[in-house]
Amino acid sequence: MTRALALVLILLVGALFALSLLIGPAGLTPATSLAALVRGEGLAETLVMREIRLPRAILAVLIGAALGLAGAAMQGYLRNPLAEPGLLGVSGAAALGAVIALQTGFAAQVALGLPLAALAGAVLAVALILALAGPRGGALTLILAGIAVSALAGALTALVLNLSSNPFAASEIMFWMMGSLADRSMTHVWLAAPFIGLGGAVLLAQGRAFDALTLGEDSAASLGVNLPRLRLTLVLAIASMVGAATAVAGAVGFVGLVVPHILRPFVGARPSRLLWASALGGAVLVLAADIAVRLVLPDRDLKLGVLTAIVGAPLFLHLVYKTRAQGL
Amino acid sequence: MTQLVLTDFAVARGPCDVLRDINLTVGAGEFVGLLGPNGAGKTTLMRAALGLMPHRGRSSLSALPIKERARAVAWLPQAREIGWPVSVADLVTLGRLPHLAMGQRPSPQDRAAIDSALSRMGLDAFGNRIATQLSGGEQARVLIARALAQDTPLLMADEPAAGLDPAHQIGLMETLAAEAGRGRCVIASLHDLGLAARYCTRLVVLAQGGIAADGPPSKVLTPELLARVFHIRALVQQTQDGPLFQPIGVV
Repeated sequence: MTRALALVLILLVGALFALSLLIGPAGLTPATSLAALVRGEGLAETLVMREIRLPRAILAVLIGAALGLAGAAMQGYLRNPLAEPGLLGVSGAAALGAVIALQTGFAAQVALGLPLAALAGAVLAVALILALAGPRGGALTLILAGIAVSALAGALTALVLNLSSNPFAASEIMFWMMGSLADRSMTHVWLAAPFIGLGGAVLLAQGRAFDALTLGEDSAASLGVNLPRLRLTLVLAIASMVGAATAVAGAVGFVGLVVPHILRPFVGARPSRLLWASALGGAVLVLAADIAVRLVLPDRDLKLGVLTAIVGAPLFLHLVYKTRAQGL
Repeated sequence: MTQLVLTDFAVARGPCDVLRDINLTVGAGEFVGLLGPNGAGKTTLMRAALGLMPHRGRSSLSALPIKERARAVAWLPQAREIGWPVSVADLVTLGRLPHLAMGQRPSPQDRAAIDSALSRMGLDAFGNRIATQLSGGEQARVLIARALAQDTPLLMADEPAAGLDPAHQIGLMETLAAEAGRGRCVIASLHDLGLAARYCTRLVVLAQGGIAADGPPSKVLTPELLARVFHIRALVQQTQDGPLFQPIGVV
């Protein structure tokens, strides 16, 4: 069953990745596209394929995988299907960093100024969370610290918008916060890939600890799980992945919440299997959403984050309804 | 062979000591019933001895590295947590985690330990059931099976009999006594003094932060101790079917 699921998800990622490469306003035929991508035939076509469509497709996979995996890890750690990576406040803080970069003009003056400022925001958030929650606190203090950081970042973001004297900067901020993969380059891929790859590898290695946590923190500790270390690993890995994802794509919501929830029944609810399944599922969802964004309203620049929220919110409502039906 | 040694052991909660001057040695083959009224510190003693909460003095278990401790002692907390709707077989398999190297799949030996634990708790037909959909008592048995599957020299359980029907209470106590009979060591906190009197080889009574009595059931459950620690009167009789214990009134 899980093997079949892995196969289906990998095939879907492959198919959607290819589809993502073949769709765009340039209107290239599939044959020209592939020739340009692989052999570099035709100057304009090669530029379109290698510098516009390829980074976009790769980023969709990276960011989807990061958000799905981070969501599954948060839910596994907290044993709560309503947990999501944004709970730690890292994405909010990364957005604040980006907003400040946009407002001050740092983003326009310095190459990669925006993603770097967002990463700095994520690092600050982690430092603050770890300082607030302390080295030995439980899951609850971690979440409370995350909510506090999240609220602070949201308030400061609103303050920047409030005091913004430049309407262009304000509208740029609004659009950036909606999340998008349009007009990203290979530089963005190289910036995000190490953080997402490293965080992902670290999280995937913790599968057994999440499995053991099914029995609660006490039992997990007695089964050989080092809880303080797991918590530190989790915070750093999720911050690295979500911080990098937010830095290059803006805020893309609901992927980390919805994907693990949809896939849980297919992996027998085992947290360790849900990790890799959610990474693949997240990639599928973001690839599909990014294709839909280009197909539904090609002329209006529909934002990726808006679409995932529009699809995600009803699914979330369904989740709440089902939770209520179970009498929880 | 000793499985647990506590020396000058003390646990503080805030400024005051909940437990102090505890010296306890438990060896293989013993089935120790940990008794005491509510709030006497039974759970605290076990959690602190495991190293799950800070303590003063020495505990042979908390001195072990975390991974090694997981192969030395299995711990069954009172809170019966099953976080996800996993199958009973998957849940009991978690007991084998300390024995598996990174990335290693359960071997036939692990499978045998899991199957044996399931059948000892009368859960043979439950392997594919979803654990969260079982009744409270059945969930309790699944979690006990998980602890048995860990197959450690020492098993510590916090009120394992709570919430079980009479047949399964007796079944559980017989299983734990059999584990002790095979040379393992079992420490369980209990509230049912009748079960403790019948099945435990040794009773340790906690009261007012210390050990009030320690010895075989017939020596420990005296009218004087029952009145002093539990504030009850009880009928204790040796019969052909073993010791009988029936609380009669409050002192």
